[in-house]
Amino acid sequence: MPDILPFLKSLLSVAGLSGDEAPAAGLIAEKWRPLVDEVHLSRVGSLHGLRKGSGNSPRPSIMIAAHMDGIGMRVSKIVDGFLHITNIGGIDLRVLPGAEMTVHATSGKEMPAVVVLPPARFLPESAGDGFPGIEHLLVDTGLLPREVARQVRVGDLVSFANEPLELAGGVISGHTVDNRASVAALTVCLEELQNKMHTWDVWAVATVQEEVSLLGAYSSAFALRPQVAIVLDAGFASGPGASGWQAFPMGKGVGLCIGPNMHPFLHKKLKELADRLEIPWYLDITPTDSGTDAFAVQITAEGIPTALMELPIRYMHTPVESVAVKDIERVGHLLAEFVASLEADFVDTIIWE
Amino acid sequence: MPTFGNAQLKLLERLCNVIAVSGDEGEVRRIVLEEVKPYADEVKVDALGSVLATRLGRTKNRMRVMLDAHMDEVGFMIVAADGDGIYCFETVGGINVRHLVGKQVFVGRQRMPAVIGAKPVHLMDAEESTKKVPLESLRIDLGPAGKAQVGDRAGFATQFRRVGPSMMAKAIDDRIGVATLIELFRQAPSNIDLCAAFSVQEEIGLRGAKVAAQYFDPDLAIAVDSTPANDLPLHDGSENTTYNTKLGLGPAIYIADGSTLHDPRLVRFLQATAEAEGIPYQFRQPGGGGTDSGAIQRSLTGIPTVSVSVPHRYTHSPVSIARVDDWKNTINLLHAALKHMTRELIAVR
Repeated sequence: MPDILPFLKSLLSVAGLSGDEAPAAGLIAEKWRPLVDEVHLSRVGSLHGLRKGSGNSPRPSIMIAAHMDGIGMRVSKIVDGFLHITNIGGIDLRVLPGAEMTVHATSGKEMPAVVVLPPARFLPESAGDGFPGIEHLLVDTGLLPREVARQVRVGDLVSFANEPLELAGGVISGHTVDNRASVAALTVCLEELQNKMHTWDVWAVATVQEEVSLLGAYSSAFALRPQVAIVLDAGFASGPGASGWQAFPMGKGVGLCIGPNMHPFLHKKLKELADRLEIPWYLDITPTDSGTDAFAVQITAEGIPTALMELPIRYMHTPVESVAVKDIERVGHLLAEFVASLEADFVDTIIWE
Repeated sequence: MPTFGNAQLKLLERLCNVIAVSGDEGEVRRIVLEEVKPYADEVKVDALGSVLATRLGRTKNRMRVMLDAHMDEVGFMIVAADGDGIYCFETVGGINVRHLVGKQVFVGRQRMPAVIGAKPVHLMDAEESTKKVPLESLRIDLGPAGKAQVGDRAGFATQFRRVGPSMMAKAIDDRIGVATLIELFRQAPSNIDLCAAFSVQEEIGLRGAKVAAQYFDPDLAIAVDSTPANDLPLHDGSENTTYNTKLGLGPAIYIADGSTLHDPRLVRFLQATAEAEGIPYQFRQPGGGGTDSGAIQRSLTGIPTVSVSVPHRYTHSPVSIARVDDWKNTINLLHAALKHMTRELIAVR
């Protein structure tokens, strides 16, 4: 099996914030092009890769979608060379003070910068002993105010700058592991499919704007109108700060989700297949809304039978999100085997018990 | 004026990128020894681990002038294993725990990569997400196969960068002082005996400087450190009157801090030297805080002492910012001051 780590590390080294996914889309398109029959961008920037099946036309299709956007910030105001910021997606403010950032300036320059938590005496008393709101954080580029004024504009993107770090025991840590790890898993699937027969068409999709609106999932599901969809996203791994029923051990298997966003029949099939292949998995429960692209895909057009697989990651929505490479390979393998197992009439077998 | 350019910046980069948490200064000590040995008449590593280097002048009736810069930085110590490559840690030195969540660190002499993670924001209620994360609930995570030892030090993984007129790095406090001393030692004027103390454990109580002063017994001393520049805009747009120092205004001369009334003769002399040489300078706003000067001044029978600092923003955090010109002007000011020093300066009438 080809090593997925270099590709994942390259994905974790670019910004690609929600609404500006092009840097990630470019890398993914380059990686997928030799693995699929066609690659194109949707009207809103999601990446679609089609791998044609061997069945008779018109063939049914399965869409496997993973969002490629990341959370970040943008410039909201410039004061004396310091940047004020606003969030893109669900940023945990508490990871920001002292975080290394890149300011993607209107001038075209990528500027190293750091997030500043001003001393308490510089903040209103309402900020208290807790954590001040994002409006009180500053970003410092180290440049002189006139240089900042020349190059930066309100609206410019600010992304996490830290490079990915390999931790001991096959774990990779960085920003946007949620959800580039899933993109890597989808890529593993495409690589495995090179040596497999499959009847169905496969749409590999890297969606945009999951972190803010699920725009990519809605629009790609509508455009491609697959018969079946599997959504890949990051779930919670147990570890410091995360325990209880929502968290699962990292590196010990993949999450197969149940709940109203997921079709129970697809879940059953995935579960049976995982058992047959001896791929460790755990039951991931989402009682109402999974908070993922699965929600959007499920309710698109006339409704699409949808499954959700999750990769357990630690420290979600911090710049040190961590994932076990083994789990990525497991998801990729399970997906490829599932695709290969689809018979021409599989859709007709999908039933409500 | 001393030479200043890429070689000096490269030296500072090396110094900032290594980790030397108070009590474990070996990585910086190694660089210091390598850099000062060729120029030193005498070098020793003292009982606490400080590097004490002497370079003798050539004129008659020379003064012994001690320059001090501390080698240590704030950081962490591993205190207990939590299993699965995850460790509890304590802070060493004054660290604001608000700077720790989501940071990359290196652990131990082998610089094992690790991260300080946090509970996902999704798993918190609204109130919890507005509170600071207490140290007790933070962990250093080396990965499932990671093995650290209790007692290992850890530090921020930040790498030095040049950005326009600035430098971004961890531990500018006080590697910029260490680099300054190395440069002054290499380019020392001949009218004095230069006693360079690269001291340990400043961040946890000025320990190395105290015994260094007692060893050198100098005629006067200058602590070379890096002081916060709190020159940020205020939330309501009003004037910031408690900035301590400002970036870009040159070396900061101390008048009074929390532990020391700096020798007024030396303060005036530094000011006069800067004026005469046309070197920009600023006075650090009198107030709290302190440097090794506090320990040095009260050593032996009392030592006339002053502090000069390169200003930097975001002290004791993963990324500090200082200006190249402030550093260059600090070296220039100290070099000019050393060159023009005479016994008159501290004569008791």
